Amino acid sequence: MSATESGSSGGSGTVEYIQHHLTNLCVGDCDPVTHKAAGFWALHVDTLFFSVALGALIIAVSWNLTRNLNPDTPSGFQNFVESILDFVSTNVRDTFPGHNPLIAPLALTVFVWVWLMNFMDLIPVDLLPAIASWFGINYLKVVPTTDLNTTLAMSLTVFGLIIYYSIKVKGAAGYLKMFLFHPFGKFLVPVNVVMTLIEELAKPLSLALRLFGNLFAGELVFLLIALIGGTLAVGAAALFWFPLQVVLDLGWLIFHLLIITLQAFIFMVLTIVYLGMAHTDEDH
Amino acid sequence: MNITVSLFGQVIAFVLLIWFVNRVLWDPVSKMLEDRQKRIADGLAAGEKGKHELERAKKLAKETLHEAKTKAGEIIAQAEKRASEIVEEAKQDARTEGDRLLAAANSEIDREVNRARETLRGQVADITVAGAKRILKREIDAKAHEDLLKELVTQI
Repeated sequence: MSATESGSSGGSGTVEYIQHHLTNLCVGDCDPVTHKAAGFWALHVDTLFFSVALGALIIAVSWNLTRNLNPDTPSGFQNFVESILDFVSTNVRDTFPGHNPLIAPLALTVFVWVWLMNFMDLIPVDLLPAIASWFGINYLKVVPTTDLNTTLAMSLTVFGLIIYYSIKVKGAAGYLKMFLFHPFGKFLVPVNVVMTLIEELAKPLSLALRLFGNLFAGELVFLLIALIGGTLAVGAAALFWFPLQVVLDLGWLIFHLLIITLQAFIFMVLTIVYLGMAHTDEDH
Repeated sequence: MNITVSLFGQVIAFVLLIWFVNRVLWDPVSKMLEDRQKRIADGLAAGEKGKHELERAKKLAKETLHEAKTKAGEIIAQAEKRASEIVEEAKQDARTEGDRLLAAANSEIDREVNRARETLRGQVADITVAGAKRILKREIDAKAHEDLLKELVTQI
């Protein structure tokens, strides 16, 4: 980084830029200075808006599709949707024991929704915040999955389903027995309780944090790449930094396309696996 | 990255989305896919059945044709036999008729000959009587010599 006046101010500008991009549009109990959520009663409007909008997009597109479904000669988009459904149901069949009509739609929702929310990451980082600033909205975080609230919400929903089906399949007593006697038998009950508790709690936490971490880091890298063109490309230096930014951005974009798909897939598969574990009666 | 009330908003959104996806996308499309699978299976089964049916029909047609051919051969043979029989019968009839005609003709001839002979005999008797008359220069009593004359006639 250059040692000039503009460079050093650009340094603090860099931090500001990143901070600004990582701040949600907060409504309610928010810090007036940093605009961060100060308490529990703070609503991240951007996260809610984009996730709900993408959910609505899914519903609208599928409603439009299923309205004129062609059962005999599928073509174009219907083929695409059918292959996604086939992919999901194959995964469910392969990893889920028994039969539960909720699992496949749940897995499909997780996969498509998470993928779409992740995909928001591939939209140029400054595009949507810039458009929002025209309407007087100064803070906007466009990727819902870089908000821990989203990922944790999904994983806690899955966790709730895990508990519900565990109790439903194993019975309340069976579920309790799993905590008491699970890894080491009946002579180490306290250890068992701690171990199983950690094991169970690790499921939603790892599910949420894995997705959040990957997407947050990906977003950060996009921001850093954007900074190359934004702060360093001044005057003649732009001839060097600007092409570098383009190349790096393209590279990370392609790599990230893989990551968002992979993360959506992992979230889906782990959801199926955890719920499958909840459905197996471990009386052996 | 504070946990805020947005978490619950997201939970509600997620649950609603699952419900909607199940309702709008998963249910109709997977039902359609199942229907299609069933229809394809049915179609294949029907095709297989049709193939079997065709094979059977072909076999049946072949058998029928073969039977018809055999029967036709039999009928022809029978007809030929019957024809030869008829010809044989006709021949037989003709032969008997010919024989009959021949016999009738023969008996007619015999009858004619006999009649001629009778006539001739009578004439000869007459001539003989006339000759004898002339020889004896007297009347022969036909009545008195009737026996003799008759004997004479039969001898001629």
